[in-house]
Parts: sequence; structure tokens; C-alpha cells
Amino acid sequence: MSDIDLTRRNFLKTSAGAAAVAIAPGMMLFQVAHGESEGASSKVRWGMLIDTTQCKEGCNDCVTACNKENGLSGETKTTDSQWIRKIEIKDVSSGRELSLPMMCQHCEHPPCVDVCPTNASMKRADGIVLVDKHRCIGCRYCMMACPYKARSFVHEPLSDQNPDVPRGKGTVESCTLCVHRIDQGLKPACSEACANKAILFGDLNDANSEIAQKLRTVASTQVRAELGLNTGVRYQGL
Amino acid sequence: MSSHPPMYFKNHLYWVLLAAGGAVALAGLYAVHMMEHYGHIISGMNNQIVWGIPHVFAIFLIVAASGVLNVASIGSVFGKAVYKARAPLASLLSIAMLAGGLTVLMLDLGRPDRIIVAATNFNFTSVFAWNVVLYSGMFSLVIVYLWTMMERRMNPFNKAAGLAVFVWRFVLTTGTGLIFAFLVARQAYGSALLPPMFIVLSFAWGLAVFHVAQTVIYNWNEKTLDPAILNRKKNLLGVFVLGSLYMVATYHFANMYFAHQQAFELFILRDGGMYTNLFWWGYVLLGNVLPLALIFMPGMGRTRCVMAASLLVVLGAFALLYVFIIGGQAFPLNIFPGYEVSSSFGDGQIATYTPSLYEFLLGFGGLAIAFIITTVSVRVLNFMPQDKPYISD
Amino acid sequence: MKKLFFSVLLCLCIPMAWAADATAPKHKLDIGRGGECVKDPQWMRKNHMHLLKHERDDAVRKGLRTEKHSLKNCIECHASTKDDSVIAREDSFCVSCHSYEAVKIDCFECHSGTRKSAWLQRNAK
Repeated sequence: MSDIDLTRRNFLKTSAGAAAVAIAPGMMLFQVAHGESEGASSKVRWGMLIDTTQCKEGCNDCVTACNKENGLSGETKTTDSQWIRKIEIKDVSSGRELSLPMMCQHCEHPPCVDVCPTNASMKRADGIVLVDKHRCIGCRYCMMACPYKARSFVHEPLSDQNPDVPRGKGTVESCTLCVHRIDQGLKPACSEACANKAILFGDLNDANSEIAQKLRTVASTQVRAELGLNTGVRYQGL
Repeated sequence: MSSHPPMYFKNHLYWVLLAAGGAVALAGLYAVHMMEHYGHIISGMNNQIVWGIPHVFAIFLIVAASGVLNVASIGSVFGKAVYKARAPLASLLSIAMLAGGLTVLMLDLGRPDRIIVAATNFNFTSVFAWNVVLYSGMFSLVIVYLWTMMERRMNPFNKAAGLAVFVWRFVLTTGTGLIFAFLVARQAYGSALLPPMFIVLSFAWGLAVFHVAQTVIYNWNEKTLDPAILNRKKNLLGVFVLGSLYMVATYHFANMYFAHQQAFELFILRDGGMYTNLFWWGYVLLGNVLPLALIFMPGMGRTRCVMAASLLVVLGAFALLYVFIIGGQAFPLNIFPGYEVSSSFGDGQIATYTPSLYEFLLGFGGLAIAFIITTVSVRVLNFMPQDKPYISD
Repeated sequence: MKKLFFSVLLCLCIPMAWAADATAPKHKLDIGRGGECVKDPQWMRKNHMHLLKHERDDAVRKGLRTEKHSLKNCIECHASTKDDSVIAREDSFCVSCHSYEAVKIDCFECHSGTRKSAWLQRNAK
């Protein structure tokens, strides 16, 4: 009788132990993954409001800051990457001239994400559109699909990249909204560099944020709004 | 030497042809190696013209691969004996061109080493991803179809396989057209007319390639094609060429009507320099008018004329695809309608593109792969069309 | 004729086999500062790639960045104290084993192999 009890007790002990051993690593990974960082949340939608009336013609500070932050060469050959560029526009009928920065518009319905065969083009929960370079096969279909020509293809081998901004030959890249800075609680480099504060960065979903308040009070437009992409980057004074 | 070259000469010629094909394919591989090593900087492609010469070759091969099956479908699905006798050859050409085209497409990727990623991560909203399924499905279906024709015990399934291939190839060419039709942002593309246009183009291009292959095989075997059959097939080619011209004309005409598309149409049809020349002289004149004359003019339409017409149709196909793919990207994307724009990234400017030798090597490498597959298969298996005494059906 | 050709080919292989033998055991490895912050070396040797692969998807796609399993932090400790890199030399931390095992490393096509602190110092201007 006692014999049986003992074995049963032993059996229960060992199986509980075995179960613990089996679960432990999984639990640990779970804790590591969820304990230290919360990741991107869909409650947030990052965006920008660009005040074109404050953007000076000939000023290239946002572009220079972007190049430095992300380790781009800053050259403008047709094969060089440009994540952000200044466009000078002139209304054909009225002659009104404007200067504005153009980059990935971080659409809510991004065509690049729709067309990407491998899901490398993707939208993070907080609205940032990124290229997952681990998956990008370099087919360039997203570059064909982007209505803003926001993407560049890396035509040459690169070395000595910024450790925070991996980039490499044969993959497509574009403005990441400085995701590595956002995840540290910083603003994108272009927004920080603009002396006239023409680039306002913030959370479009947070009614109390500066950007949301300003969007409520001033007239703003989305570039190529007719496509219905609901861009995260908005322009004022266009 | 008599009019028929001796057997040993032909044997030699076969190996020489095969070696030549192999050399071209190797040159293509060399180009791939160079592009892998140095990056796409050694191609003429850039951030404005992202798809170049390799895509012209690849899309021609893929579209023609689907179109050539038309010959088989008329036989298997619609039961015309003359075409049925040609179904095996048509299927072979289809497989060969599909293989060549896909190789070019795959090896032009920025990271061809990651092709397994494309097979394991699937984005169901991407027409590229659908095409991965469509192309590989087509490949296997056509092989099964060939099996049902060449293996006597499988013959009962021939009709079903033929029907499946028939449906599949329509979907496949639709998929190829949709690659461009879904590009809503670009003036040149984003039109629902493109899938049907590609289907009709595929008929013409596929039949042209078939004619070329058939003529060469008949010559090789010192046979003459029954003039009645030749007549039927050349008329079919003429109809297809007319049909494709109609589709291309409709596409441009519809664009002309939209005020916001006029600038683009004027660029292609009038001011585009190289692109305009290629369109009118290359595609319209060499690719359509001349072949139609060779086919339908009184006194024309003999074997040699049909061969020349077919080659011209293929040439015209390349011209059209160059204008469509590269000209379409060269015209600046209209981000700010109603504004004059300029930037460091080519906004508001016609993009420049000078194809490099490596791109051509890769493209011709794809053609060479199709050539090798066809040549070897025709020699080792019986793909020669076996016609019964001709009865009009 | 053919037989002769193949035997000559085979003979050519013998010195190659010797050469391979001779180089194999000399396996030098610069572990940098080293240390054990994730798991013991034996476990890491066997499983580091799984951690990297799993965490890279979480980091890029979900924004889950962890201190412990970040490639940047691996490099921070394991980069050579001489040249601040895990890939610069034959015996660098990543290169040494990977060339011995003949496994291609894809990471550094895009990622920097340099210690971030050193990179920042160099690019501080």
C-alpha cells in the first residue's frame, strides 16, 4: 500500500518537474520579449505636419540631418539613395512658388505594402512603414507602386553603416521616420534639424498632442489625397 | 554536295548550335555574377528606371510562353486536328520560354540568394506573389498536359488537362497584366485594359514564336508544311496581330481622352525621342504593318514571308515592351498636379536610362535557356507535328 | 585515355586534402571583451542564430527591442578590443567560426560589424 503511494508521489513529483523544465525556457523567452519593451502600439499613429510656409527655398537642413543620421552618402546621382528630398514647386497658373520636403508619407493604406511579394514592405502597429530588409529580395515592385517616389534601391555594396541603421546592397529602403530614434523616445532627425520648426512630429491619435491640436485648427492637405491612402505626413499651406 | 546536307553535317551543326546556346547562357550567368558582386550599379537601371532590359526580355518570354499554348488549346479544347498535331511542340515551347523568362526575372533580383524567402513568406495582396503560384502551376500543368499527349495510357486525360491549361494560361497572362494594372500611381500603368491587352498580345507573340520554331524544325527535317495548313496559320497570325494592334491603340486612345493623361501620351506618341521612334517605327511599322503586308498582300504569304513576318512580330514585341516598361517609368511621376516641380531626385524630369551590356547578357541568357531546352527536347523526343492528310475542319 | 585523365585529377586532389588538414586545427578566435550575459558559451555556440532570427523579426516588425538579445549589444562586447569589429579580420569573433564551419554570415551585408561606441566616436564630428 505504502509502496504504491510512494511511487505515485514520486511519479507526480517527476512529472511536475519535467513540465516545469519544458515550460521554463518558453516562459523566459516570453518574459524577455514582453518584460523589457512593449513594442509598437496600435494606439499610437506617428505622423508629421509640414508647414510649407516656414520651409525656406534653398535650405537643405532636413536632408543633411537625415543623411547624417541614417548614414547616406548625400550624393545625388540617379543610383544614390535619397530618403528625403527638397522639392521646389511652382503653380503653373498663378506662379506661386513653394519649397517643401518630400519623403515616405507613411500611408495608412500603403501601396508598397500591398504589392510586396514577401511582406518585407510592412506597416508597424504605430503606423510607420518600413522595409524589413531580412525579407526584401530586391524586386523593386514597391518602388514602382509608390505614388511619392519615396523609395531607393541600394545599388552598391555598403560598409561602415550606422549601427542603429542597417542598410545593404540589393534591398530597397526609404524613410523610416527614424524608427530607431522614436523607439528611444526621440524625434526624427529632420524634425529636430529644422531651424524654422516647419516639421512638426507627433502622435496623430493623441487628441492632446501638439500635432493633433494643430491639425484641428489649421488647413492641411495630404499629397495625392485622391488616392485615398490616408498619409501620416500632412502639409500645411500647400 | 546535294541539296540535302549529309547526316554528319547536321549532327555537327546540332552540337555547334547547342554550344552556341550554352555560351550565351554562360555569358548571362557571368552577368549575374557581376551584378551580384558589384550590385546593380553596373546595370543601367537606377532609382527612376527601376525595371530595365531584363524585365523586357523576361516579360516577353513569359507572355509568349502563355500565348504559344493557344496553338495547343485550339487543338485540345476546340478539337481542331491541325492544331492538335502541334500541341506537343507548343507545350514544349511554352515550358522553355517560361523557364527562360523566370530565370531572368529571378536573377535580376537585388538578392537572388534569398529566393527561398519569396517561397516561404507569402503576401496574399501582392500580385507578384500570386504570379509565383501562377507560374509554377503553369509549369507543372503543361508538363502533365505533355504527358497526357505523349504517353498513350494517359491519352484519356488529355482533354481535361488541355482545358486546365487553357484556363490557367488566361489567368496567368491576366496576372502578368495586373502587375502593371495595379500600379495606380503611375500614368503609364494603372489601367484595367492592360490584362486583356496582354492576353491578346500573348496570342500574337506566342504564335509568332511557334511559327519560327516550326519553320526551322520542318527545314531541319527536310519537310514542307502543307500549304493549306500554312495558309490557315498565317491568317490566324494576321488576325492576332490586328487584334493586338487594336488593343494597344485603344489603350493609347483612351489615355488621350483623359486631360490628365495627355502629357504622358504626347510624350510616348510625339515628344519622347527614342521611345516615340521605337513605338512608331519599331512597334507599329516593323511589328505590325510590315508583318500584315507579308501575310495578306497578294503574292505574299509563302513560307519565307510567314517566317519573316513572325520574326518581325517578335521584334515589334521587344520594341513595344521597351516603350511600355521603360518609357512608362521615364515619364515623371505626377506628384503635384498643376505644378512645375524640380528636385535632386528627378522630379518633373524625364528619367534617363542607358542599358548596360550586362543587362543584355542576362536577357539573351534567358533566350538561350529557352533555346537550349527546345533544341535538346526536339532532338531527343518526338515533337515533330504529325499531320494526317489535310481535311478542312 | 579517360581513365588516365581521371587518375591525374585524383592525384591532384591529394595535396589539397593535405592542405585542408594542415590548416584546420589552427583555429584562432578573438572574443573581444567576452562575458556571459545571455547563456553559457556552449549553448550560445549552438543556438545563437535562433535567438538572432527570432529577435530580428520582433525588433523590426513589432518594435520589440530587447537589451539582452540585441545584435548591437552582442557586438558591443564581442568586438575585438584591437579594432572594435566582429568581422574585420580572419580571427574576428564572427568570422573565425563561420569560416571554419563554412557558413555564410548574412548579417553584415546590412548591419555594421563595429562596436557602436567606437562608431559614434569616429563619426562624432
